[in-house]
Amino acid sequence: MRDWVKGAAVVALAAMAGSAARAEDKLKVGFVYVGPVGDFGYSYQHDQGRQFLQKQFGDKVETTFLENVAENDSQRAFEQLARSGHKLIFGTSFGFMDPELKVAKQFPGVKFEHATGYKLAPNLSTYSARFYEGRYIMGEIAAKVSKNHTVGYIASFPIPEVVSGIDAFMLGAQKVDPNFKIKIVWVNSWFDPGKEADAAKALIAQGADVIAQHTDSAAPLQEAEKAGVHGFGQSSDMAKFAPKAILTSLEDNWGPYYVGEVKAVMDGTWKSHDTWGGLAAGMVVMGPYENMPADVKAMAEQTEADIKSGKVKVFAGPIAKQDGSVGVKPGEVMPDKEILGLNWYVKGVDDKLPQ
Amino acid sequence: MHIELQPRLDPPRWLGVAAPVAAFAVALLIGGLIVALLGKSPLDAFRVYFVDPLTQDWSLEALAVKASPLVLIAVGLCFCFRANLWNIGAEGQFIAGGALGGALALATHGVPHDGPLGGSWILPAMLALGVVGGALYALIPAVLLVTLGVSEILTSLMLVYVARLALDYLVRGPWRDPQGFNFPVSVNFDPDATLPSLVEGASLHAGVLVTLAVVVLAAVVFGRTMLGYEIRIVGAAPRAARFAGFSERKLALAAFALSGGLAGLAGIMEVSGQIGQLQPSISPGYGFTAIIVAFLGRLQPVGILVAGLVLALTYVGGEGAQIALKLPLDVTTAFQGILLICVLGADVVTRYRVRLVGRVLA
Repeated sequence: MRDWVKGAAVVALAAMAGSAARAEDKLKVGFVYVGPVGDFGYSYQHDQGRQFLQKQFGDKVETTFLENVAENDSQRAFEQLARSGHKLIFGTSFGFMDPELKVAKQFPGVKFEHATGYKLAPNLSTYSARFYEGRYIMGEIAAKVSKNHTVGYIASFPIPEVVSGIDAFMLGAQKVDPNFKIKIVWVNSWFDPGKEADAAKALIAQGADVIAQHTDSAAPLQEAEKAGVHGFGQSSDMAKFAPKAILTSLEDNWGPYYVGEVKAVMDGTWKSHDTWGGLAAGMVVMGPYENMPADVKAMAEQTEADIKSGKVKVFAGPIAKQDGSVGVKPGEVMPDKEILGLNWYVKGVDDKLPQ
Repeated sequence: MHIELQPRLDPPRWLGVAAPVAAFAVALLIGGLIVALLGKSPLDAFRVYFVDPLTQDWSLEALAVKASPLVLIAVGLCFCFRANLWNIGAEGQFIAGGALGGALALATHGVPHDGPLGGSWILPAMLALGVVGGALYALIPAVLLVTLGVSEILTSLMLVYVARLALDYLVRGPWRDPQGFNFPVSVNFDPDATLPSLVEGASLHAGVLVTLAVVVLAAVVFGRTMLGYEIRIVGAAPRAARFAGFSERKLALAAFALSGGLAGLAGIMEVSGQIGQLQPSISPGYGFTAIIVAFLGRLQPVGILVAGLVLALTYVGGEGAQIALKLPLDVTTAFQGILLICVLGADVVTRYRVRLVGRVLA
């Protein structure tokens, strides 16, 4: 036994000496994910962005990720990355906001970026995507395709991003069909295939013949495929999960953004900023339009082009709130700050927003 | 042929030391094999997992901060477990303490403190409320047990979900930060409501010292006081305890209150020292992990301190391995499990003689 201890000590010392000699001249970039990289949804898509980044820069960067990091225990993850020589660190979930901010203050020489938050620091940027733009197009498609004039919508948490997604979806749908109906189930989770599938089954049983989701697993789409109705992919192109049911996917595309930020750090031009890009910036990408008549496809493509060119603004007035009061006046467009904090439904949404 | 476990009446002393060491060695071998199969160096993995976190100031601090709530809750749990009371709801008591203590931080947020004390009373009052919140919440299953005989296992566990949803409701509704873009988080606590750091700019907060003090106190209570004696006797020999005139009811209430109070203290210290605000979820499952810590530490306060640090090491080291060696998360959590199984297996070998018994022919 004593020999074993001695042996272990020698081994440990030798290993430490070895690591100290290793030279570090690559830019080390760290990522912290809230979910598993295998969710085929939100965290998966960020990891696709990381892999894209790695491919673009090859030997010049070293990327590291920590997955499935609990939001209320995430400070250590950021600190470990900063301590281990990472010079640019991306926190990819809203709940990382305050822990990441604390660590950013502690390491002024390291650049931090936080997805979907709103707190900035000299070395902490925020970035997010205007997912609601894609949801507007999905709403249009749903209203055209649905025979029962009803979408079943599986929602995660009543935060502004999700609420603005529901509103945008309905605004798109109402443009095609003013009497279009939406049924919403809140599953209170970002990733829970069992719950998401149950919600989809219930919605289909209630007559929804298009399923939309703001949760990360492919389960709702697979339920739609089984029931012979339609659905949309979330975060990545989910066509392979439901080749007959899928209409299109709302894809997150972080790769080009990550490449740009790494380049800025390498060139020494990186500055704290607040980025909110949509279809035009390529941060939101619509998957292939499938399983729909040619005229519907043409309409979707036209709307996509119009949003990109700025001709169509999703939250342009007049928009009435659920209770009939004025949300956005005619001729006005909702300012970004309001979209980022959106907490009311547009008229025609038959659901009570969980408060 | 089958395996038979014979209790050792007088386990040899050397075995108690050698068994955990051997268990550690076996876990290392299995873990090393997995790492080698993944094409990485097992020696590097050993260094990153066990040596690095113990040789750097900041990771030692991270260990202490991570272990603190686990140890505090587990010490509380051993008051219950030693008396054969199965409090599975420490997670809920943790939340109740964090929420009640945090409520004071929110109530005093942004209010000027003109009294002679200034704002200095807030933090101690928050800690006290944390203890009260956890204790009261733990008394629900205890009262149901002693009055109606309801299984405390079920009620304490189910109350975890009640606590989670109640906190969720509060931070989405009345406690939501009005400036927070409608996200379900409270305002950030004022400095007066925040546990101070022990080292400037570091994550090591004063709660770690509280935990150490509680470990010492609990060891004294178990070893040297009547309450500790009663708990040990009720757990080990309930009939004898009844003959001695110990009140099982009073004891159940006391054990649950102590256990819940410490979990609540852990909760408010986590909220005030680490998180700095209230949010829908304030615990990554500390209340459940602490059950493992309590048993790993053999239901002894000092043993629990060691066990809590070992478990914290597997978290910090596991993250280090993901960063330095790009080992997948699954491997590091699998290793956690392997380590636990080996240590618990060693426990069996220490307490029982394992014999292979041939089939006896009739």
